[in-house]
Amino acid sequence: MNYEMGDIDIAWCPGCGNYGILRAIKQTLSELEIKTEDLVVVSGIGQAAKLPQYLRCNYFNGLHGRPLPAAFAIKVANPGLNVIVTSGDGDIYGEGGNHFIHAIRRNPNITLFVHDNMVYGLTKGQASPTSAIGFKTNIQLGGVAIEPFNPISVAIALNASFVARAFIGDAKESADIFKKAIKHKGFALVDIFQPCVTYNKVNTFKWFKDNTYYLDSSYNPLDRNEAFKIAMERDKLALGVIYVNNDREIFEDKLSVYKDNKEPLYMRTLNKENLQVSILERR
Amino acid sequence: MDADVPNNNDISIVLCGEAGQGIQTIEQIFTKLLKASGYNVFATKEYMSRIRGGSNSTSIRVSSRRVASYVQRVDILIPLDKDAIPHMKTRISQDTVIIGEKEKVVTSYNILDIPFSQMATEVGGPIFSNTVAAGTLSGLLSVNLDKAIEQIKQHFKTKSEDIINKNIEALKKGYEIGSQLLESGKVKIPKLDRVENSEDIVIEGATAVALGAIAGGCNFMSAYPMTPGTSVLTLLAGYADKFNIIVEQAEDEIAAINMAIAAWYAGARGMVTTAGGGFALMVEGLSLAGMIEMPVVLHVGQRPAPATGLPTRTEQGDLKFIINAGHGEFPKIVFAPGTLEDGFYLAQKAFNLADKYQIPVFILTDQYYVDSYYTIPTINALSVNNENFVVKTSENYKRYKFTATGISPRGIPGYGNGLVDVDSDEHDEEGHITEDLDLRIRMVDKRLKKIELIKEDIIPPELIGNEDYQVLVIGWGSTCNVIKESLERLGRPDISFLYFKQVFPLYPDLHKFLEKAKKTVIIENNATSQFGQLVREITGIEIQHKILKYNGLPFSVEEVIENLQGI
Repeated sequence: MNYEMGDIDIAWCPGCGNYGILRAIKQTLSELEIKTEDLVVVSGIGQAAKLPQYLRCNYFNGLHGRPLPAAFAIKVANPGLNVIVTSGDGDIYGEGGNHFIHAIRRNPNITLFVHDNMVYGLTKGQASPTSAIGFKTNIQLGGVAIEPFNPISVAIALNASFVARAFIGDAKESADIFKKAIKHKGFALVDIFQPCVTYNKVNTFKWFKDNTYYLDSSYNPLDRNEAFKIAMERDKLALGVIYVNNDREIFEDKLSVYKDNKEPLYMRTLNKENLQVSILERR
Repeated sequence: MDADVPNNNDISIVLCGEAGQGIQTIEQIFTKLLKASGYNVFATKEYMSRIRGGSNSTSIRVSSRRVASYVQRVDILIPLDKDAIPHMKTRISQDTVIIGEKEKVVTSYNILDIPFSQMATEVGGPIFSNTVAAGTLSGLLSVNLDKAIEQIKQHFKTKSEDIINKNIEALKKGYEIGSQLLESGKVKIPKLDRVENSEDIVIEGATAVALGAIAGGCNFMSAYPMTPGTSVLTLLAGYADKFNIIVEQAEDEIAAINMAIAAWYAGARGMVTTAGGGFALMVEGLSLAGMIEMPVVLHVGQRPAPATGLPTRTEQGDLKFIINAGHGEFPKIVFAPGTLEDGFYLAQKAFNLADKYQIPVFILTDQYYVDSYYTIPTINALSVNNENFVVKTSENYKRYKFTATGISPRGIPGYGNGLVDVDSDEHDEEGHITEDLDLRIRMVDKRLKKIELIKEDIIPPELIGNEDYQVLVIGWGSTCNVIKESLERLGRPDISFLYFKQVFPLYPDLHKFLEKAKKTVIIENNATSQFGQLVREITGIEIQHKILKYNGLPFSVEEVIENLQGI
């Protein structure tokens, strides 16, 4: 599979964590042998949301905050497609916060990669929903005063079917988590710690290295209470698969449209005779 | 007291009561029954934005002629609570026959006292009062009792046998009273001629739009409930299994429009339904459809605004908003059906034009249109044609390939070897972000070039009346039938009516119609004559007389006649 775009101009800053995410995604896709024609990458707006531009794939680079509703519709209209959302913390947790909640509730079989650098890049350095209290910016001059959004605990509270956190400084481990997320049947969230070398001088490569640890093999991600504990930890932040719920039914599997007929919607035509019957029922 | 209903082959009946009293139930049973008895029917409702209490009414016209519009006149009024008569006082005349429970209805009007509640209690409880009332009306109009019982069985088919039997009992009691009133001469009702209408259907505006959408291949609906858009959502949900439609109640209108657009991207035919306020939230999404050249169909049912306005009432106040909606410049089409047939055919057409030109297409209605129903000849779904514009992609497919017409063949992901890339940023032919400003110009030109082709598909306005008119009345959308009937009744051959069912882009030769008229009149359910402004913008001609109504209610035939008489 060839996911390479060739010689292109990439709009990311040198040293940006996005490069690592792009590499890890390509590696995962190729290991899973996902065909480019069957892959749709959906994104919103922001530096992270430019990722599909740099990947050979079908993509839907829509509006700021709205990739999840779009990804949902693409998946249900054609469940045979592999649908991956890749966007930033501002896009998914800020502008698109409501959709984040309801996408998890719906549980379509899609993967969500959130590039979480705890700052707004493209708009030049304002606080993001995940910025820590006290984080100083040109807008939050005295430092961020409001509670940071905790995507992991929110996702677990909504009984998301797969919740993981990665740090892109660890390429191999991240690719491993990505692979599990894509293979997971149901909605999979991977919150990816990623340094912003231009606007976040606090949460640097070193900071993430020093403030994270990997869950070991004894950890049981099926235990929701344990997962909550991990999600609430603040001293050191856990990396790995934090919560899995294999009992949740996949949205598109419940649709009556696909009960007896697995064909995607584009292959179907209207049964005019049935429609005429329905019209005549109104006599 | 004796009461006469004037004989004009047309009887207007109004039921009025609180929300939750089951007026809708009577309306549904009774209108179906009237139709089954060989009459033409028209029904519309006006209601308050609440679940219980308040004053709501439903107006039913029964006639030998086809009836399709709201009249002010009330021949028979059935008040079901004490507030009903005060609520109806502007419509009650000395000819109105009021039938109800004297005890419940405090009034100085003469009233034929029928103990609906007591009769209902004898059957099993006051809850059956509605069915007693439906029975009384059935008796008064001397419909076939067996047919009436059949309707009861149909209507309550999901209920227990006990409930069905009690309703039949209630119906019979009411029917007996109705027949007695008629036979004793206490109420004189003209005998209406029956018509052969077994092939007719009775649907409301919402159903016309929903069935038309299905006819247009709609297989994806995402919406957030908002009156009066919700009815189309409810109807499609009901049809979802039968016609393989994915119906999703979105978390908000923003999600709804993004879902519908992305569904088209993946090969579905998606639609949203909402009201003006919900559409306001969709506007960024509309602009997305414009940029990525994605088809999408939007049903917007108007209601009085700004903001929440009068949630359950009617208005034509969102025309200019819709036409101008979306940041940036991109083409769109706006249909405004005025008849049920137009609702069906325009909804069907909306999907095909959206697909053909890769643009948003609107079906703009309002509460009055959505909630009014009447008998029409059966619609033939077998004759509709849907064109499929989706292409199978090859390896070097370019989603935004420059072509002579501006329309690039539309591929979808997973169908062919090509890649389908769409971007809300300005993009190149492949759909990749660009900041090449020369390319920007070419892309803008490409998108706008489609307008020339779209013009070829413009539905011209319909001229109703003589070609050599002196006075030209202009209307659009839901006022169509009311204006039509008003002119028929006025009997002035010098007045003709120009009915617009496509309001954007406007018919380019419109000025020819206007220039022929000595006097021009516009009738609109809004305060600023939005369509009149649009006409002036296109033709430079200011329409002389404006008949505008914006109290939240539709025009009545009488009102239009009265206003036109002065012109």
